[in-house]
Amino acid sequence: MKYIDEFRNPQAVKALVHEIKSISTQKWVIMEICGGQTHSIMKNGLHQLLDGVVELVHGPGCPVCVTPLELIDQAVEIASLPNVIFTSFGDMLRVPGSSKNLLEARSEGADVRMVYSPLEALKLAREHLDKEVVFFAVGFETTAPGNAMAIAQAKKEGLTNFSELISHVLVPPAMTALLSSETNRVQAYLAAGHVCAVMGWEEYEPIAAQFRVPIVVTGFEPLDLLKGILMTVQQLESGKHVVENAYPRAVARKGNQQAKALLQSVFQTIDRKWRGIGIIPQSGWALTPEFAAFDATLKFETGHIKTQEPKECISGEILQGIKKPNQCPAFGTLCTPEHPLGATMVSGEGACSAYFRYHKEV
Amino acid sequence: MATLESFSCPLPKLYYDTVQLAHGSGGKLSAELIEAIFLPCFGNDTLNQLEDQATFAVPKGRMAFSTDTFVVNPIFFSGGNIGDLAVNGTVNDVAMSGATPKFLSIGFVLEEGLPIEELRQIVESIRYSAQQAGVNIVTGDTKVVEKGSCDKVFINTSGIGFIPPEINFGIAQIRPGDKIILSGSIADHGMAILTKRKGLSFQSGIKSDTAALNGLIATMMESEGTIHALRDPTRGGVATTLNEFAGQSGLGIRLQQETIPVNDAVRGACEILGIDPLYVANEGKLIAAVSEEHAELVLEAMRKHPLGTQAAIIGEVTNDHPKKVVMENAYGTERIIDMPIGEQLPRIC
Repeated sequence: MKYIDEFRNPQAVKALVHEIKSISTQKWVIMEICGGQTHSIMKNGLHQLLDGVVELVHGPGCPVCVTPLELIDQAVEIASLPNVIFTSFGDMLRVPGSSKNLLEARSEGADVRMVYSPLEALKLAREHLDKEVVFFAVGFETTAPGNAMAIAQAKKEGLTNFSELISHVLVPPAMTALLSSETNRVQAYLAAGHVCAVMGWEEYEPIAAQFRVPIVVTGFEPLDLLKGILMTVQQLESGKHVVENAYPRAVARKGNQQAKALLQSVFQTIDRKWRGIGIIPQSGWALTPEFAAFDATLKFETGHIKTQEPKECISGEILQGIKKPNQCPAFGTLCTPEHPLGATMVSGEGACSAYFRYHKEV
Repeated sequence: MATLESFSCPLPKLYYDTVQLAHGSGGKLSAELIEAIFLPCFGNDTLNQLEDQATFAVPKGRMAFSTDTFVVNPIFFSGGNIGDLAVNGTVNDVAMSGATPKFLSIGFVLEEGLPIEELRQIVESIRYSAQQAGVNIVTGDTKVVEKGSCDKVFINTSGIGFIPPEINFGIAQIRPGDKIILSGSIADHGMAILTKRKGLSFQSGIKSDTAALNGLIATMMESEGTIHALRDPTRGGVATTLNEFAGQSGLGIRLQQETIPVNDAVRGACEILGIDPLYVANEGKLIAAVSEEHAELVLEAMRKHPLGTQAAIIGEVTNDHPKKVVMENAYGTERIIDMPIGEQLPRIC
């Protein structure tokens, strides 16, 4: 299949692995930021190919995983209100809240619908003017333009029955927080290709300079990942620490300027709580006052809901790369995909789920 | 080959355009529905007697008996409808024992307000699929429920088939060294349904693979290769069926990823939605565990049948890693193929 098979070519994979091995003089610790990258690594066994040369540490880039528990509880609360159609991407539906998830709320009578785009939620709002339609706007910079577009469109059309429950988080502040941590082991980053497709990579340059870490913008297919790892190891071996782009077919230096302009008009930067990690300053987006009427937290007054995480779950340490999923005492016993304690076991992009699916002892 | 149109039945017109509660009351409207819709399509000597039960002669030996209920949404999709599924699904479950499927029962739960025209189309598909599979519908039932109590139409079918002497397929027969044969491309049905569901706005061109497999199985049995077990990988896909093979036999299964056929359109849709085709439903495919020395013989026979042209050996049974399914890829790495957990949900990004 065009645009897929070229980037999975076994000979090219083997050649890149050979090259990485031949230039490595020590075992480097590299963090892939994005959960999509984690899954591709595990699914294709790239960590097996690089064993002994590179330790891949799994980053916090799973939007489902870092959405705070209280947002899930707020979502369940709003979804359970009469006269509300609550819409969400599929993989948020199974994330456990403190008492139930959105699928369980649906089985109790809530009108919860899976959509594939916020614009579908907007369409539902047009079709059901007598109902409140709420979209669960979760994600990094990647999903933000679509969510911003839905809000801007709703305002333009004068749709007052549409709102978004927003939990947008940003990658660069999380990278900075991880590098500032006393427990940090990360020597270089593979930056998330899709985030950079929107935002470009200029904002990573101060991080690379301040912490003296190489950052390489990297894609998701096996060859993309290996190319990114090779460029990272080349920098590490030569003592360089700059931002480079290993994903030029999708990412330009300045990103998608139209999307960025839209984001700037709809969102403002705020402090955000990350599930398992805590509050990271200036690490999220909320609607600007001009669009406050579309903020579901204000509309349904759910901001007071605060929730504590289960004690057994170490997803915070996993999201920061301090521990691997199989180092968690609850992994595969108390915590399984059927009965997850934390979101990292639920999401298609969560590191615990990736380990459970692909990496259990053979 | 005869076309669908050439078999169509001349159906009389009903007074109502939609299904009414009274159509399930047992009274005059029920009789009208049976006579106008069901009998002209399903009519055979056994059914036409309109007794409370079907009676038929049985040969000596073992029978296979299976039941399944169909609640698919949407009821019409590319490549078929709920009627085709209801026949083929049960025919296949019976046939996986090596039995020749002969008789089907059919039970309808209709939602008040269902357009009669849609019911006609479904019934026509049932007739056509049953004829293609060589089975007779010998008993049936219809209930109508209030609007909102079911989703348009639910169908239950049960099937009976007769197993030839000396045939004893089953997971208990699987042995280390057996080859795993898959009859064709995977995930077509599940992705046809998913891409038709409301909300997905891309046109995929993916067609359900719904088909009765008893003809293909007969061809495999005629090849005289030793078949140990057969199963159709429906809900939960190939991954689930192979985990059942491994779990119940206590043996391991090793797959070679590049040997598993996936059609390009299906692969593309799976890539876009973040769905693993190994876990997606099929409705016209089978997986066989066949003795190592006869695998090529059975495979060759399958490939000559229209439903087996893409058949392939995708792996083998092993004493290593008991009860686990492990897949090797072209890079020489491997991963566990586990049982799925719930429905696969499209990912955020």
